[in-house]
Amino acid sequence: MSNYQINEKGYYGKFGGAFIPEMLFPNVEELRENYLKIMADEEFQAEFQELLRNYVGRPTPLYLAKRLSEHYGTNIYLKREDLNHTGAHKINNTIGQILLARRLGKKKIIAETGAGQHGVATATVCALMGMDCVVYMGEIDIARQKPNVERMKILGAEVIAATSGSKTLKDACNEAMRHWLNDPTDTHYIIGSVVGPHPYPDMVAKFQSVISEEMRKQLKEQTGKETPDYVIACVGGGSNAAGAFYHFLDDEEVNLVAVEAAGRGIDSGETAATTAVGTIGVLHASKTIVMQTEDGQVVEPYSISAGLDYPGMGPMHAHLFDSNRAQFRYVTDKQAMTAGIRLCKLEGIIPAVESSHALAALDQMKFGKDDIVVLNLSGRGDKDLETYIKWGEY
Amino acid sequence: MQNRINTLFQNKKKDILNVYFTAGYPKLDDTKTIIQALDKAGADLIEIGIPYSDPVADGPTIQASNQVALSNGITLEKIFEQLQDVREYTQIPIVLMGYFNPVFQYGVERFCGKCKEIGLDGLIVPDLPLAEYVDEYQEAFEANSLHNIFLISPQTSEKRIRLIDEHSSGFLYMVSSASVTGAKTGIEDAQVAYFERVNAMDLQTPRLIGFGISNRETFKEACQHANGAIIGSAFVNVLANNEENLEEAIGDFVRKIKGK
Repeated sequence: MSNYQINEKGYYGKFGGAFIPEMLFPNVEELRENYLKIMADEEFQAEFQELLRNYVGRPTPLYLAKRLSEHYGTNIYLKREDLNHTGAHKINNTIGQILLARRLGKKKIIAETGAGQHGVATATVCALMGMDCVVYMGEIDIARQKPNVERMKILGAEVIAATSGSKTLKDACNEAMRHWLNDPTDTHYIIGSVVGPHPYPDMVAKFQSVISEEMRKQLKEQTGKETPDYVIACVGGGSNAAGAFYHFLDDEEVNLVAVEAAGRGIDSGETAATTAVGTIGVLHASKTIVMQTEDGQVVEPYSISAGLDYPGMGPMHAHLFDSNRAQFRYVTDKQAMTAGIRLCKLEGIIPAVESSHALAALDQMKFGKDDIVVLNLSGRGDKDLETYIKWGEY
Repeated sequence: MQNRINTLFQNKKKDILNVYFTAGYPKLDDTKTIIQALDKAGADLIEIGIPYSDPVADGPTIQASNQVALSNGITLEKIFEQLQDVREYTQIPIVLMGYFNPVFQYGVERFCGKCKEIGLDGLIVPDLPLAEYVDEYQEAFEANSLHNIFLISPQTSEKRIRLIDEHSSGFLYMVSSASVTGAKTGIEDAQVAYFERVNAMDLQTPRLIGFGISNRETFKEACQHANGAIIGSAFVNVLANNEENLEEAIGDFVRKIKGK
């Protein structure tokens, strides 16, 4: 039995659980009772795999980035999740969940989104399956992510502004939960990360685990060995990292590196580095590490990257932190932008600002010349052009 | 376990009025004024909300009151300070309603001990699920003579209602429809069918109906199907609109609900 998988009560170590109001119990219980069964079903797997291959464009390449490797004096492989349909890893999960929702007989889909990537990935699969889609997005995020709002609308989704609280991702989650409370019987809530009540963290991690499943195969083909020395991924809620780590969790010789957004610095008061400033608490129905006041009020995070701008993290990552299985690193806005622009110049790849945080961790680490480093390039930077332009210095 | 809540339900079987307000709202130090006015006007039970940054089961009215109260500077410590002498001026049963995280940060055992010291009677923690409560916290609640008030909704299965009833004391909070607080007004036929279905189950715990109860008419109707009802958002609106004459407005509102 792995030490890093979820237990029968829905916990990773002391993190996880399902702290939901009783009104949501039937929905969450229905999911809990069915998700493993449905995911193990052959027909489900056939349909899921077919869509991943021919619609999403998987497997994504594992690319030996030669000039980047040379810069750091080691061997860096980029897992190109940025080449997925809709531009990020998010769609692995939305394809899986919408197929599951259909098997549960659900008619309508709701989702939350921060930067809009998960919202776009959800709107996309809803269009594909002909299902109604409502996406909640913080009023402030709507203003700063206009193109993604329009993408969702073009795809047929209704985008509703979350105007409560701080009007960003955490409030979009709250609003989606409230919607689910109000409309529980034929609606499925597609959570976009490895957060939320059990079974979501495990379910989303399993849908994203295709990333590390492919990594192992591709590493074997390209290097002769299935396991690398390092796997590096950024963590907001933590879905791309969960997928990238998943099949290496029990290979203790593989160093797992989780990179959080430090914003303007972990001591600046403007940060999203949850493990640096957070404490154990309950956020979005999961016991995890949370940025909060002593009085248990959730604190608003800050990062240049809307996708990492979250005051908690999935319970699996809280456990990886607590058990020292993964090392956590903190990357500021400035370090991330510098590393992102470096990748553009060295490899001709414009990364999402989220992924740039993972890239910047390379600057903080020392590698041997024979080390094999796999970095999960979770998304592409098209959506971030404005951020790069504003930043300048390129 | 015996406290003011049991005494209330033993002495009064019908038309019990439970009124909710948010601590620290509309002004930081209104808590005592509101309790005294509710008591004087004839409310039977008071539910005091602990403000939280992310109240997922609440609609816009109570969300807004939570935000205002937090920006007024309310904390759990302050709420306890405000309630410290409550038993010197009233014996009305009081329950605290709050989301789990602030209680968890305070320390559940310490929290329960403080409630007992002050003389509070019960807790409603909507996002503390039954299994977690039974495994981790039931002992602390019971050691401090605190009733844990569970919610049930129209979607709750009969089997689960029986399980919740078994672990309940005080009363059951029957959420009238699938919704957040303050979302709907009025009671529809489907809700009546659910109330009657639960009544027919012959549960051991008394029941109050909440969500969507906003005036004399809905209160009366709810009381036909349970031991009484809970008014939250509608009362918070009264507070919002009468910051300067709370006592009078609270008295008028409660008397109107009770038809007096």
